[in-house]
Amino acid sequence: MTAVTATSVPRVRASRVQGSLQRGRRWALVLSYVFLVIFAVFFLIPPYYMIVTSLKSNAEVAHLSSNPWLLSQGFTFEHFRTLLKETDFLIYFKNTAIVTVCVVVITMVVSVLAAFSLGRMKFWGSGILATGIFLTYLVPDTLLFIPLFQIVRGLGLLNSYWAMVLVYPTLTVPFCTWIMIGYFSSIPKELDEAAMIDGANHMQMLTRIFIPVALPGIIAATIFCFTVSWAAFVYPMAFLYSSDQLVLTVGTVTSLIRADVYQWGMLMAGALLAAAPPLIIYAFLMDYYIAGLTAGATKG
Amino acid sequence: MADVALRDVVKRFDNVEAVRQISLDIPDKEFVVLVGPSGCGKSTTLRMIAGLEEASAGDILIDGEKVNDVPPKDRDIAMVFQNYALYPHMTVFENMSFGLRLRRFPKAQIRERVEHAAKILDITDLLDRRPKQLSGGQRQRVAMGRAIVRNPKVFLFDEPLSNLDAKLRVQMRTEIKRVHQKVKTTTVYVTHDQVEAMTLADRVVVMNGGRIEQIGTPQELYHHPKTRFVAGFIGSPAMNFVPARLETNGSGLSLRVSDKYAFPVPATRTERYRPHVGKDLTFGLRPEHITEPRGEGRDPRSEFTVNLDVVEPMGMETMVFFTVGNTEVCSRVEPSAASGPGEPMRLYANLNHMHLIDPANDQVL
Repeated sequence: MTAVTATSVPRVRASRVQGSLQRGRRWALVLSYVFLVIFAVFFLIPPYYMIVTSLKSNAEVAHLSSNPWLLSQGFTFEHFRTLLKETDFLIYFKNTAIVTVCVVVITMVVSVLAAFSLGRMKFWGSGILATGIFLTYLVPDTLLFIPLFQIVRGLGLLNSYWAMVLVYPTLTVPFCTWIMIGYFSSIPKELDEAAMIDGANHMQMLTRIFIPVALPGIIAATIFCFTVSWAAFVYPMAFLYSSDQLVLTVGTVTSLIRADVYQWGMLMAGALLAAAPPLIIYAFLMDYYIAGLTAGATKG
Repeated sequence: MADVALRDVVKRFDNVEAVRQISLDIPDKEFVVLVGPSGCGKSTTLRMIAGLEEASAGDILIDGEKVNDVPPKDRDIAMVFQNYALYPHMTVFENMSFGLRLRRFPKAQIRERVEHAAKILDITDLLDRRPKQLSGGQRQRVAMGRAIVRNPKVFLFDEPLSNLDAKLRVQMRTEIKRVHQKVKTTTVYVTHDQVEAMTLADRVVVMNGGRIEQIGTPQELYHHPKTRFVAGFIGSPAMNFVPARLETNGSGLSLRVSDKYAFPVPATRTERYRPHVGKDLTFGLRPEHITEPRGEGRDPRSEFTVNLDVVEPMGMETMVFFTVGNTEVCSRVEPSAASGPGEPMRLYANLNHMHLIDPANDQVL
């Protein structure tokens, strides 16, 4: 009798525990799906609206009684054609691309070198410097553009997109350096010691060991940097005005909104085309991006 | 191939002295193991030889040449780390050849050396794999291979087997010994495991609190420890220590360990111990020298009966634990001779292997 109770009680308890675990997991999954779907719908509405509007004719956009969410009168690529043929959109695109590529290159060179020295070559004041760099990131560009305006004007770079190449790194370098410091510190110390004994100098250690090992982090930082300089608005708004120097964000808005006349179809088409490069880059590098952001959380 | 020497080497971290004026001579081709508990300064000493830490004072010499200010890469040493420190993005071949490639060796020679080392370590099939695809033991071999291909003056091992499971550790231990017998490079090996130290070393350096307690062959340390620390650290299970007092007993001496027990001191030792009669001492005897009564020519006065507290069968032997005074004592007996816990057992203390320690300075008399 006692033997029977002794064996059956734990079994019942075990199955109960298992059952509640499964139930718990199911609930967690259901909740996750509900919220994920809500978020996905919420964030996909604007792009959907952009696509729909960009494919409508001006008449349909202006027609107040038609459903703004649906293409009820067929679709047209007219806005895309006009945008590319009759506006300076391609010039903005080219300017943005030049600025972004330059900013990404400058940022990555500076922040990888800075992060390596701050994170790895412990020297007097390196800790304070690292914190200092991060603090500069906390000053918003909406405040910084006023003093920067003086500097840019002093350098004679007002109304030149090269000014952007100069000022965007004030946004990107601190953050990328910070990401890279974190990433480099997650690389075991023995790795550089082994490299040092193997005969590597600091530059070789960086190029042959750290950069390849930290590649996911570098890619994450690159994507961040790309997105920031591609989408920056305040600085170009403040420093650029002639249409051969404008970048996408400001150019699209200023040339397609004339006083209170909004060319909705072209605006949406422009926004879609402008959003394409970051989208494509994200799609290709998403896995790296996530790996980079979560690195250092666990020691792999 | 080179000898290594440390002369009054000191290492200070801020105000903490991690290594306190140690001197050590390691002749060419010797396998020396630095052993001690964690924080004893053994790894720091090794890292100073490697050049990864700067000595705060004293000289480090490799091949008679002072290397204090020579960077690690120019010291011609190779090091194997506890966590292997393999470059994760390189294949085994690339890992092993990295040092040679940096030194711009001709390609053919690199290949030849790597293949030779791979053959010694039996990892020829793994050359194209990445560290992630290897087991712990294989990674350890690769780390050793990376050291071997360089053909350095000195090998440094920093607890290389600590991350492996028990079985693999024994296997790799033999492997390391085999490799050393083949390549005969001067080796400094750090471990906290005294079994590893005993099995691998030509000479063992026992360190404690930043100082060298004793240097000697494994047998010397086992049979003739100079300090209580070495006596307790070397040997497993550890030596028993019981407070005791020497008494005159006719022409000889006897050792009183409690009101109940006193053992005759072997005649060969009486002269050595006579000056210490009447002092409070610590009596040390290894578990393997407290057994069931056995062996020829034993002194029946050294036999005694105790009540066992705990009995631990190990298979080929059984550990029995009992209390003398307030001290727990371990003894290694034949499994067939062991009584059960709580039962009395007749034991014999072989005092020919005894140690007496002066508690004032922890030196073995």
